[in-house]
Amino acid sequence: MEVTINGATEHVAENATVADVLATYGHKATAVVVEHNGNIVPRETFASVRLTVGDRLEIVHFVGGG
Amino acid sequence: MQNDSLVLGGVVLKSRLFIGTGKYGSDSLVPAVVEASGAEVITVAMRRVEKSASDAQGIMGHIPQHMRLLPNTSGARNAQEAVRLARLARAAGCGDWVKIEVISDVRHLLPDGYETARATETLVKEGFTVLPYINPDLYVARACVEAGACAVMPLGAPIGTNRGLRTKEMIAILIEELDVPIVVDAGLGRPSHACEAMEMGAAACLVNTAIASADDPVGMARAFAEAIRAGRGAWLAGPGAMKARAQGAEASSPLTGFLR
Amino acid sequence: METFQEYLASWPLDRRDEGAQRANGKSVPALLERESLRPEDFLTLLSPVAADYLEAMAQRAHELTLRYFGRAVNIFTPLYISDVCTNQCRYCGFNAKNPQKRRHLSVDEAVAEAAFIADRGFQHILLLTGDARKLSSPEYIAAVVRRIKARFASVGIEVYSMTTAEYASLVAVGVDSMTMFQETYSPELYAWLHPVGPKHDYGFRLNAPQRAAEGGMRSVGVGALLGLETFVRDAFATGLHAWWLQRHYPGVDVSVSIPRICPHEGNFAVQHTVDDRTFVQYVTALRCFLPRAGITCSSRESAFMRDHLVPLGVTRVSAGVSTVVGGRATQDMHNPGQFEITDRRSLPEMIASLSGIGYQAVLKDWEDPAESSLGSSSLCAI
Repeated sequence: MEVTINGATEHVAENATVADVLATYGHKATAVVVEHNGNIVPRETFASVRLTVGDRLEIVHFVGGG
Repeated sequence: MQNDSLVLGGVVLKSRLFIGTGKYGSDSLVPAVVEASGAEVITVAMRRVEKSASDAQGIMGHIPQHMRLLPNTSGARNAQEAVRLARLARAAGCGDWVKIEVISDVRHLLPDGYETARATETLVKEGFTVLPYINPDLYVARACVEAGACAVMPLGAPIGTNRGLRTKEMIAILIEELDVPIVVDAGLGRPSHACEAMEMGAAACLVNTAIASADDPVGMARAFAEAIRAGRGAWLAGPGAMKARAQGAEASSPLTGFLR
Repeated sequence: METFQEYLASWPLDRRDEGAQRANGKSVPALLERESLRPEDFLTLLSPVAADYLEAMAQRAHELTLRYFGRAVNIFTPLYISDVCTNQCRYCGFNAKNPQKRRHLSVDEAVAEAAFIADRGFQHILLLTGDARKLSSPEYIAAVVRRIKARFASVGIEVYSMTTAEYASLVAVGVDSMTMFQETYSPELYAWLHPVGPKHDYGFRLNAPQRAAEGGMRSVGVGALLGLETFVRDAFATGLHAWWLQRHYPGVDVSVSIPRICPHEGNFAVQHTVDDRTFVQYVTALRCFLPRAGITCSSRESAFMRDHLVPLGVTRVSAGVSTVVGGRATQDMHNPGQFEITDRRSLPEMIASLSGIGYQAVLKDWEDPAESSLGSSSLCAI
């Protein structure tokens, strides 16, 4: 199914969880913050929050800055 | 000087140098810069992750555990975006400090005072410890303080220019008028610039570009730390007179002659 | 929000005394180079050791006064509209126990006195009453102001302490400035000096300037009556009061008056006479601490002293003064005034004197913009 991740259309498996997506992106759950349809997803629920068609996901992390 | 500490958001800080993490030739320099600078506060930005991370560790892997993290909202173009970034940063679980940075003019990169004050108001209500990055404008600064900012961070010169304390007169007014610490941020290019800000009574300085872009960032971090200690020491010591207006240096037409 | 009374509690009398005793005179020249001074620096400038640097302080005060005020001095005149008073201030000519006949002008009489003053060319008038809230009520003062407002650019009041709402009601009819002398900032001495009457309430008076600012007053003045308390204690508290008001009400024009007690009806023994040298030290220290605050010097001081204080920081003086109720148009000179006038110069004499020392007398420094726009709209209607 198609969802939007960080502004781009991506194909993910039916019923994929946030944790599944992070795994394919190669990021540790502890290093990122995820917003699902505008709401921040608590880290402990990454494995239980399932995506549906058309969902918007933002995955962010800290980077260098001044 | 021994007991001179800065309290921000209930946290006692011994170092008055805050550092950034941007523009380094390699992020792996950060631990050595942290150590040389003695800094306890370090700022980071928040961005979307890349699809396949080359450096899986990211910047966080280079920041020592004891550092107080000051996430900034760079990239925000208005209050709403700054609030969103701040909430995301807090969700990362590294405390509730945030440096609000709202910039909608990408040519000059000057902060938008109106939007910054609005974001400050919202985030203070949500329990954040807020440090807004502003032009040294008394009205904007007051609005931020009234909204509950724990300090304000006026720029010394346009960001990244290394031009020094160009806004000195305006920053002096903030120091005089406001009851919160003034942290000079942006534009400080040389240790002498930071020293000058501290001599005037600034509470701290945030330095990023000047350290990151030096030939030897670790050496420059140490130099900034020393300059900031020197400037702070001078402020605490109370500078002496520069002109010969001491006792006995009577003017040619005394104004108090009528009393004799 | 915090009141000044709460803030002043952080500067108890012993802290002020000790600060002045511990002050290091050698630090004075450096303080005189600073663009902004802290309260503790002001205390140093008021301390006995700073007296050795009086000329240097005067030079700095002169430089700052020129920078922020130029060679201009504002002129006002007081109008006493009632000397009926329910207080028994031990040092005051209006003390309720003084046997003098009292006079309370009717609104018509007050208007006639004000017209006389306006005819002489004055634009800034200061209305004064005794403390008799029932007789000289806020409504009475408002009735006078409504009738005279059109003839003056600025109407000020120096009356008893009011509530914020009362100050706002006077602002609404055109009063733009308020002066309130705390007399002394030492609560115990204050209680003894003001044994009965509404003025006995120290805190209500102390926070009156703040309430006036809250009530929308454009200009607020404070002052201690020098000579009641030891110099440093009240001199410091006065400057601190003005400084605190400036910080909390940046839109309000804060000024300081510098009255020194002088002989009057009754037999009050002045305990802490302030000599001329110390008085000059006070003015210069105030100017260095509060570069942008107006400093008002009344006709209690001699023409000689006032002329010499102008270059050092005084920015506002009175002329054509009478401290007697109905002392001008109605020529009732039998009653003694509130205090003895030392400088009796008329307006033309004051203008000439100031001109002689290189200063311009400014009769109209400000005008209520609402009033001016009313003026222009009535012009349009013609």
